[in-house]
Amino acid sequence: MQAYDLPDAFGHFGQFGGTFVAETLVEALDELRDMYDKFKDDPDFLSEFHHDLKHFVGRPSPIYFAERLTNQIGGAKIFLKREDLNHTGAHKVNNTVGQALLAKKMGKPRVIAETGAGQHGVATATIAARLGLDCVVYMGSEDIKRQSPNVYRMKLLGAKVVPVESGSKTLKDALNEALRDWVTNVSDTFYIIGTVAGPHPYPMMVRDFNSVVGKECKTQMPDLAGSQPDAILACVGGGSNAMGIFYPYIDDKNVRLIGVEAAGEGVETGRHAAPLTSNSPIGVLHGNRTYLMQNEEGQIIDTHSVSAGLDYPGVGPEHAWLKDSGRAEYVAVTDDDALKAFHNLCLIEGIIPALETSHALAYAEKLAATMAKDKIILVNLSGRGDKDINTVAGLAGLTL
Amino acid sequence: MSKIQTTFLRLKSENKKALIPFITAGDPHPDMTVKMLHALVESGADMIEVGIPFSDPMADGPVIQRASERALANNVGIKKTIQLVNEFRKKDTKTPIILMGYANPIEAIGIEHFVDLIRDADVDGVITVDYPPEESKDFVALLKKHEIDSIFLLSPTTEDNRISLIVEQATGFLYYVSLKGVTGSANIDINQVTKRVKNIKKYSDLPVAVGFGVKDAETAKQVALISDAVVIGSRIINEVENSNQEDLLENIRNLMSEMKRNIS
Repeated sequence: MQAYDLPDAFGHFGQFGGTFVAETLVEALDELRDMYDKFKDDPDFLSEFHHDLKHFVGRPSPIYFAERLTNQIGGAKIFLKREDLNHTGAHKVNNTVGQALLAKKMGKPRVIAETGAGQHGVATATIAARLGLDCVVYMGSEDIKRQSPNVYRMKLLGAKVVPVESGSKTLKDALNEALRDWVTNVSDTFYIIGTVAGPHPYPMMVRDFNSVVGKECKTQMPDLAGSQPDAILACVGGGSNAMGIFYPYIDDKNVRLIGVEAAGEGVETGRHAAPLTSNSPIGVLHGNRTYLMQNEEGQIIDTHSVSAGLDYPGVGPEHAWLKDSGRAEYVAVTDDDALKAFHNLCLIEGIIPALETSHALAYAEKLAATMAKDKIILVNLSGRGDKDINTVAGLAGLTL
Repeated sequence: MSKIQTTFLRLKSENKKALIPFITAGDPHPDMTVKMLHALVESGADMIEVGIPFSDPMADGPVIQRASERALANNVGIKKTIQLVNEFRKKDTKTPIILMGYANPIEAIGIEHFVDLIRDADVDGVITVDYPPEESKDFVALLKKHEIDSIFLLSPTTEDNRISLIVEQATGFLYYVSLKGVTGSANIDINQVTKRVKNIKKYSDLPVAVGFGVKDAETAKQVALISDAVVIGSRIINEVENSNQEDLLENIRNLMSEMKRNIS
């Protein structure tokens, strides 16, 4: 059997991925690709990366057996990969540590980022402070309203947060604005993309930096659970935490890989952010070809999700490929079900999960109930929910 | 030979430079687009770039983004844009029309269908901002088959080996993006542009147009001296934003006439 080796040299995962950018960015992407090729297997670079992951981020993150949740459901055992315990509270920091180190190696004094929920923005601001880099974060003004604690966190860390007022004022528009900044300041600026989207080499590079999550699981699971999991679940917006945990397992065909998208008010209502589950057409956005929520004339349509981090009309091109090839399955969970799972985990396990992660938890509960008690589900608990308490309180009619 | 090529040949024989204005189809209103196109021709446009509205125009500055948003609010997308060109063609069969847009709307209606539609509308060239030559071979081949020019952007960061790659696929003319940035951003550095255009000319006999930062008649004049064509985009959209509907055509005519005087 041939080992999984995508993407190809041009960043293609089958028909997905690629480099669809304005000419000004082509040289910058070529340079980035060359530098990443040079450093990705460089022992010094990797030892610096892993040193920071250990001492700055706090890796390895533990895996926790959610015993009370398991007993409550009465089916498969549910284990949680605790990315919420990382410094800054989510998996996002794994990638920003890697990219910021690369920026430093390339001699770029300024980093920029887009952010939806604010987790990637906080992680970027954090590592920029740590390395002494200037940092500008673009964030949709709608998301700024939803995620005010993270906005202030970024400011405390010395980053400039620029509100984006164009389009739907969410993650996709923040990405557009960051690309515009990069085109303008390409010589001194490194663009730290936070998800497995964007032009090549970003989907590959972000996946690689996050794959520390899945690699740790591979050694932790046999020790803790006696075997590898039967199914791995992760929420999917752009899909970085999912790729991080899926990637080291792609060739382990007996492990089911399940991505959980945001069904918003329900996939059938059209008010969702689930391009894979809703069978959206293929399109080109933000530098790559992928499944994309759009109208019949190719205009990107508004998405909806209670979680800002999943509120994105596209999905990383590798997920599009994994769906088409049948290696991974994709499902969607509504706002309501995600919120129920959020509250349930708070009460039964003493863990406040991010709203994004709560989508994966909701599906884990559903799936566990259909599986035998000796089966194992591993959920990537991609982030903590402290940032979401205003949103959740608001939905309950409370103001904090 | 395409209308773009014959236009450049004619201008060259007259020792003149091309004036290429840009407007977004459907902005400020679809009823105005055809009138604006005719007004542009009457006041000196040698060819016209027509923007296809897109929800996520990553390479455009705020001015052209707002033009796209207004057009989309008027329900003008890719098909309506082509219809408007068809309308324009009823009275003007000579002026070359170049569509400028992003890959997604084109792929959404299908590249074959798109090329059929624009061939029927007698469109002369296409610029697809986020289709670098590596990712657009099929599309370029299809355009070539129907004798529609594929116009590519070259930027200040495009190195010599890429210039040769791009000019291999390009027809009609080359579009030099005069600055690192989005449309309508900072002022251009004319010395830098001069050097770059000269360098591009080493690789190709195609005419070179310069755009992305031509904000006034004086800049247009300088750019015309060192290139074959001047593209005016955001500056015209400024007129759209700042004019009353009844004054718009007149204001556009005045702006174009001034630009024309300066580049001739």
